[in-house]
Amino acid sequence: MIYAVFVLFVLMILGGGIGVVTSRNIIRAAAALILSLFGVAGLYVLLEAGFMAAVQILVYIGAIAILIIFTVMMTQRATDPTRLMFNTQWQWSLAVAVVFLLLLVYTLNLVWPFTTSAETVASTGDVTFELGRALMDPEGFVLPFEVASILLLGAMVGALAVARERHDDEEE
Amino acid sequence: MVPLSWYLIVSALLFCIGVFGVLARRNAIAILMSIELMLNAVNLNLIALWRYNFPEYPTGLAFAVFVFVVAAAEAAVGLALIISIYRQRRHVVVEDMDLLKF
Repeated sequence: MIYAVFVLFVLMILGGGIGVVTSRNIIRAAAALILSLFGVAGLYVLLEAGFMAAVQILVYIGAIAILIIFTVMMTQRATDPTRLMFNTQWQWSLAVAVVFLLLLVYTLNLVWPFTTSAETVASTGDVTFELGRALMDPEGFVLPFEVASILLLGAMVGALAVARERHDDEEE
Repeated sequence: MVPLSWYLIVSALLFCIGVFGVLARRNAIAILMSIELMLNAVNLNLIALWRYNFPEYPTGLAFAVFVFVVAAAEAAVGLALIISIYRQRRHVVVEDMDLLKF
């Protein structure tokens, strides 16, 4: 049963991923991205990281995917479906991706050999509580947490400054 | 539970799909979406390895949270750059953005 659910989510992830890179229409690519992100959220649920699944849906689908769709809307003339989709070196790109995939699978197989027998794993306690503690703990991640807030602030101000419409009478 | 290696192979596949998208697509928005796929593969790896190896420490989850933060910042700045370029050049094809090339 759990294998069937796993395979369903994997099909969502990989189908969505292939849809993202092969869709001529950029809005279809965005929809495929959302499908793929939903699949990843499903795998987080299977991994008993429910908080991460919720964050995945809120941040990725609720914010990033919507932001991408808004950008597609604002640059619509540029995404004419009749134009070339891939650049001239796309065969080389495909070769690089496949070679890298084989390398990754080979290396993974050395450390975590591929198996079909189910693994038994200790159940987690209240992970979300522990995560919240760790993010606020001076012995834990409070410094990266604060740096992350500054990063978000900087990104927000930077995005506003970059995307702002400039008028001719304005001095730069 | 499903063996750990299955998650790692799915993650490797997703990452390589993202690599191909970044290298081969001409549309800048499609490249950003492929980068999101790669970041998702990384997060899936982090959480799967955390779950199977160290479920008692929330370290893997904390790393995944920081990847989320960086992904959000990257998407915001990247899309702002795309909008800014579109205002100037009326297209978002990365092949034709050769202002810094000589």
